[in-house]
Amino acid sequence: MCATCGCAGSGAVVQLFPAPRPGRADADRGHGQHDHQHHEHHEHPGTPAAGDERTVLLEQKVLAKNDRLAELNRDWLRQRSVLAVNIMSSPGAGKTTLLERTAREMAGRMHMSVIEGDQAGALDAERIRSAGCRVVQINTGAGCHLDAEMVAGGLRVLDPPSGSVVVIENVGNLVCPALFDLGEQARVVLASVTEGDDKPLKYPHMFRQADLVLVSKTDLLPYVDFDSRRHAADVRRASPNALMLQLSASTGAGMQEWYAWLRRRTPAPQE
Amino acid sequence: MHELAITESIVEAVAERLPGARITCVRLEIGALSGVVADSVRFCFDLVTEGTSLEGARLEITEVAGRCRCRVCGTDFEPDGPIALCPCGSIEIKVLSGQELKIASVQCRPGGTTPPAEVA
Repeated sequence: MCATCGCAGSGAVVQLFPAPRPGRADADRGHGQHDHQHHEHHEHPGTPAAGDERTVLLEQKVLAKNDRLAELNRDWLRQRSVLAVNIMSSPGAGKTTLLERTAREMAGRMHMSVIEGDQAGALDAERIRSAGCRVVQINTGAGCHLDAEMVAGGLRVLDPPSGSVVVIENVGNLVCPALFDLGEQARVVLASVTEGDDKPLKYPHMFRQADLVLVSKTDLLPYVDFDSRRHAADVRRASPNALMLQLSASTGAGMQEWYAWLRRRTPAPQE
Repeated sequence: MHELAITESIVEAVAERLPGARITCVRLEIGALSGVVADSVRFCFDLVTEGTSLEGARLEITEVAGRCRCRVCGTDFEPDGPIALCPCGSIEIKVLSGQELKIASVQCRPGGTTPPAEVA
């Protein structure tokens, strides 16, 4: 990661949006537009030496490096007594709306900060910041998911206090983020009723990883063809142990259970 | 298309383990329940290896079938899709194999450093 601005070595760009201070509407913008030249850290192989071909056993997990970095993130969070939650869903399921309402309603009761993952732009970070929350935007560029290295960069810039919650809003995608451990302590999958009830069977890898499945936009249930029973049964098939909650971030229905779930997992601040 | 990132991880991991060596063949194991599509990795491989010590290397992928055991009735079975369901109807399943996503071995012409483990 770049020590100057926190840009991740993987090519992702990290920018900080501090929580707004009362009376200073727009003074705390991140240094977001700074034009960053990405560092290339590739090792260039030397000219191959002549010699006999040999077989070398590696027996190495492909994602070993990401898993190692994720474990470092987990240790870092544990040492600081910080809860990190990885929220994943398809685009438009309502992740940002959920976090906006959470930030507003939990202000003063729970310290929350957010890592926003998107391919481009800072639209979501601006929304979260307007809700009063400290937020780091990570732009993955061509990447379709966050990885542990990007999150490590985000966490260090965010610098969350002890006893707080960091919500990592992953790139909207029901496929790729499932494979990448970020070092989070819990995985939340958001499934909106407008997407249809067939998603758990169509994207089982995503649902299999979930600790909590939030069925969102339940205020729209009367207007869409969504069989809640079938959806719940299919979530259960993909992930027998996941907890399921229904909520609407528009009306506020079900939000208290979500807050209770977060608070149960949030460690006490260190002395 | 996480296979692009997966393939980049493969190239990076091999180059890190065998610095300076020219890699001529990479052997992977990809399980049916891993969430990674072998054909997509094949598609990305030539693109990603260009300009690296793996450029021109052969890619051999062993696809490992899924194997599960039912925690209720004890039956071993091969799931017919990514969601494992025992023929008895139970969803309480232990996955025995099929989640592999592994670089098994590589073939190389060594450079300046000694590889970590060698076989004849």
